[in-house]
Amino acid sequence: MLSRVRIKENLWGYLFIMPWLIGFILLWGGPVVSSFIISLYNWSILDPPKWLGLRNYERLVTDQLFWQSLKVTGIYIIIVVPALLFLSLFAAMLLNNKLRGVRLFRTIYYTPVVVSGVVLAVAWLWLLNPNYGFVNYFLRTVLGVEGPRWLNSSFWALPSVIVVSLWRIGTTMVIFLAGIQEIPAQLYEAADIDGARWSAKFRFITLPMLSPVLLFNVFMLIIESFQVFTPVYVMTEGGPHYATLMYVLYLYNNAFVFLKMGYASALAWVFFLIMMVFTIILLKSSNRWVFYQGGEK
Amino acid sequence: MNQKPPQIQLGYSNPSLIRIFLYIIMIAGGVVLIFPIVWMVITALKGSESLAAYPPNLFPWPMMWRNFIDGLKILPFATFYKNSLIITISCMIGDVLTSALVAYGFSRFKFYGREVLFILVLSTMLLPLQVTIVPRFILFRKFGWVDNFWPIIVPAFLGGSGFYIFLLRQFFMGIPNEIADAAKIDGCSPMGIFWRIYLPLSKPALATIAIFSFMYNWNDFFVPLVFLNSKEKYTVQLGLNLFMDQYNVNWSYLMSNAILATLPCFIIFFFAQRFFIQGIAMTGVKE
Repeated sequence: MLSRVRIKENLWGYLFIMPWLIGFILLWGGPVVSSFIISLYNWSILDPPKWLGLRNYERLVTDQLFWQSLKVTGIYIIIVVPALLFLSLFAAMLLNNKLRGVRLFRTIYYTPVVVSGVVLAVAWLWLLNPNYGFVNYFLRTVLGVEGPRWLNSSFWALPSVIVVSLWRIGTTMVIFLAGIQEIPAQLYEAADIDGARWSAKFRFITLPMLSPVLLFNVFMLIIESFQVFTPVYVMTEGGPHYATLMYVLYLYNNAFVFLKMGYASALAWVFFLIMMVFTIILLKSSNRWVFYQGGEK
Repeated sequence: MNQKPPQIQLGYSNPSLIRIFLYIIMIAGGVVLIFPIVWMVITALKGSESLAAYPPNLFPWPMMWRNFIDGLKILPFATFYKNSLIITISCMIGDVLTSALVAYGFSRFKFYGREVLFILVLSTMLLPLQVTIVPRFILFRKFGWVDNFWPIIVPAFLGGSGFYIFLLRQFFMGIPNEIADAAKIDGCSPMGIFWRIYLPLSKPALATIAIFSFMYNWNDFFVPLVFLNSKEKYTVQLGLNLFMDQYNVNWSYLMSNAILATLPCFIIFFFAQRFFIQGIAMTGVKE
């Protein structure tokens, strides 16, 4: 009797999760495994695949553009992730004050996230236009400086892409804001009684109480930043001189422009390994800096 | 005390000066963040001589509202909108329906391997889509689905995304089991409990998923770019990129088209902001 109930539970459970299970096998688990197999071949999709063994990976090591794309993406992440964390935490604390019109400003700060990646890229392409763009006009008239050629300059292209990415503080900010509002008010009251300064309250209450949210945001930002594609595809196509060749753009080009499915799969697998290593390091280190209310988790 | 916790208190003696200072920072930040969009609107309203004027006009006059219509005529934007709507609405239905089914399965039934499988759900949130794109492309090509909407729509009907499942499961866990058990005693099947109890009780969460899904699919660029080749199948985002690639692009038209491409998301965002913000806040805080 009891076992019949168990069997029923299992049947219904698997029945309901069936769509996801099929999706997982076809779209996630299967592709991770099969992309490794594909990476062992030379395959243009139009001709039958040719066995290469590990030679795609050997080629990766000597491929200048692979290292270039890793470097560009690395610089991008190292700057964008901390900058976005700082700016969005700052904005969240600012917009947590009881000021008139603060709700309107929350909406305004969030707006750039509602706009699509292509639209944001197009808007910035126009703002950064060397001759007619507003940015260089502003520099010329207010500061009296002749602005660089931004996206057309191999030195300024990457910083430009980075600045454009900083417009999207919205999501991170809202998560921080929710986190701040969950912090029990008594903690601040107690600190006030003790005469704590603003900086001490931030250091010893806000930051530790926010650390789980901070971990979540770091995670999401790193994953997102590693996948950056649309701004460079639309604004620079990876140029000039590969100055903005992001990893995913290089992967895309190999797969769908050069039709090197095997080589692109090798890139995808390296991408997968990097993400795995990152996740493990972040989770392991988080024991040391994340504070969970109610003890260890 | 001048201010009430939990807001960040400032330990200074002159609160009104601090308030003015906070206002200045808040407004400055707002101006900087909204400026690219404002500049887009200004540019969209410019005529050709106003566009070429230097220094640039901050207030275009006369305002060329016609640009919003004329800009659309250069490429088949009506088709792009139709395609985007078909894709976005289909995906929205698939995302909401199947992520709810799956989340219900995970929260209501104790089946073998549930914990491990749920960890796999979470891991798909961390796994970048681009890692899987080549095998996906090969698979869908085998099905004859390239240059077709199916590779974009079908994944939505296979559980949507790990994120939606996670969000809904959290919500479903908050529904007391007693309600469902009572219905079960009255002879309600698991499917009936799902339709008659879980779905009606979680309308706000479902609305959140629907909005997320709409915004994501309307704005998505990468997946349509990989799977759609011919112009007649393009989405609005692909169309905009195509328009931009033209030789001698007209910036006013490009901006007016970009604004029109954003309009559906803006409308939804302003009317359903509450659901939207709640949903995002839930992801990071309530784990």
